[in-house]
Amino acid sequence: MIKDFVYHRANTSEEALDLLDKYRDDCKIICGGQSLLILMRQGLVAPANLIDIKGVKDLDYITFDPEEGLKIGAVTTHRAVEKSEIVKDNYSILIEMEKNLASVQTRNWGTLGGNLCHGDPTGDPATLFTVLNGSVKLASKERERTIPVEEFSIDFFETVLEEGEMLLEIQLPVIPPRTAVAYDKFNLIENDQGIVAAGVSVTVDEKGSVCQEARIALGSAAPVPMRAKAAEELLRGKKIDDALLDAVGQKAAEEADPVADIHASEEYRRDLVNTLTKRMVRKAWEQARALAGGKE
Amino acid sequence: MDKIKLCITVNGEDHECYIKPKKLLVEVLRDELGLMGTKRGCNTGSCHACTVLINSVSVKSCSVLAVQADGCEITTIEGLADAAELSPLQRSFLDYGAFQCGFCTSGMLLTATSFLAENPEPTEHDIREGLHGNICRCTGYNSIIRAVKAVADGGYEEAADE
Repeated sequence: MIKDFVYHRANTSEEALDLLDKYRDDCKIICGGQSLLILMRQGLVAPANLIDIKGVKDLDYITFDPEEGLKIGAVTTHRAVEKSEIVKDNYSILIEMEKNLASVQTRNWGTLGGNLCHGDPTGDPATLFTVLNGSVKLASKERERTIPVEEFSIDFFETVLEEGEMLLEIQLPVIPPRTAVAYDKFNLIENDQGIVAAGVSVTVDEKGSVCQEARIALGSAAPVPMRAKAAEELLRGKKIDDALLDAVGQKAAEEADPVADIHASEEYRRDLVNTLTKRMVRKAWEQARALAGGKE
Repeated sequence: MDKIKLCITVNGEDHECYIKPKKLLVEVLRDELGLMGTKRGCNTGSCHACTVLINSVSVKSCSVLAVQADGCEITTIEGLADAAELSPLQRSFLDYGAFQCGFCTSGMLLTATSFLAENPEPTEHDIREGLHGNICRCTGYNSIIRAVKAVADGGYEEAADE
C-alpha cells in the first residue's frame, strides 16, 4: 500500500529545482515511476512530498552534434531513444540495449534519467553509458556539475545526488573512429534484468592489427556498475587472440565484486563475468577490425 | 491527505474526479470510473494484465500514478469496440480461441492494438517480441500469436457479418 504524500507537479526544470530546494530531504522525484512506484508500494520509499517531473518539456530531448556527441534530456523515455534516428545512425548499440530492456510498456513510460537515478546495479543504461564514457549533468539551485557516469552510483540504489540536486542530462561523446561497442547481458527470461551484463568498446589502430584502446564495464557484477580496468589494460597495444581473451575474462572475473542473491551465487556470477567479457571483447574486436578494413 | 482534481478522457469520454495523489491509474479506472475490464494482476508491474493506452501508447496502469495521466486520452478494453462492432483483434481473438480464463485478455488486446499500429506488417517473431511482457498463465500463447498474425495479414479488414 502506497503511503500518502503531497503531490507537486513541475512544468519546467527551474520549477523542479525550486521544489527540490524547498522540500530538501523530505521529498522524492518521480518521473516515469517504473521503479519508484514498486519501492513505494513495498513501503521501502515513503516520501512526504512527491515532485513529478514527467511533464518537464525542457528536459525531453535527444540531440546530436558531430563535435559534442549525444545529449539526452533526463525525462526522455526509453522508447524515444529506441526510435531515434540520430541514435540509430551514431550509437546503434543503444538501440540494441533498449530493445532488450524490460517490456515495451515499461519503455513507453520509463525514462533514462529515472533509470540512472534509481541506482540499480542491474540497470542496462548505466553500464553501457560507462563503456561509452558518458557523463551526467546534475544541478541544484546553487550549482551545476558534470561527472562521469561511472562515478554516479556509489552503492546499491545510491547515487552521488545530494539534497536538492537532480539529474538534468546524459552526455555521450562521439564514438571514436575504428571503434566498435558490444553489450550483452545474461538472463533466463528475455528482456529481464541481467544476472550479469558486460559492455566492451575496442578501438583498433589504422591497420586493424592491434587494440589501441579498450573499455570494459560490468553490470550486476558489483554493488554498482563497474569498470574492469585491469582487464582493459591487458588489451591495450595487443593483438587479441584466444589466449589473451582467456586472460582478459579471468582478470575481469577477479576484479568483479559480485553479490550473491536469489538469481545467482557469487561464484556463478564471476563465471558469467568471465564468459560474457570474453564474448564481448571478441565481438567488439572483430567489428572494430572490420571497420578498419583489417584482414587476418 | 487532500484529494486533487483529475481530468482524463477515457474511451472518448471526459471524466473529472477527485482522488488521492497516491491512486494508481488502474485504481481510478476500476474504482472511480467502474471500468472493470482493466485487470489488476500482479500489481508489481510484472504481468502486464493491466495494460491500457495513454495517448495511444501501451503502459501498465498499475505502474502509473493517475495524476500523471491528467489531461491524457486513455483507451481501455471497453473502448476497443466501435459501438456494437468488435475491433478486428477482438474478432480474431474470438475466432482463434485466443484466451482461456480471460484474465490476460484485455491487456493482450491493448498491447496488440498498439503493437499493430506501430508495426503493420510484423513477422511472427516480431509479434512474440511485441507481446512478450504480457503473461498468460493459461499459457495459451500460440493461439494469441496466431490471432494477432491473422489481423496483421489482413484477414479482418472487412467488418464482421452479422
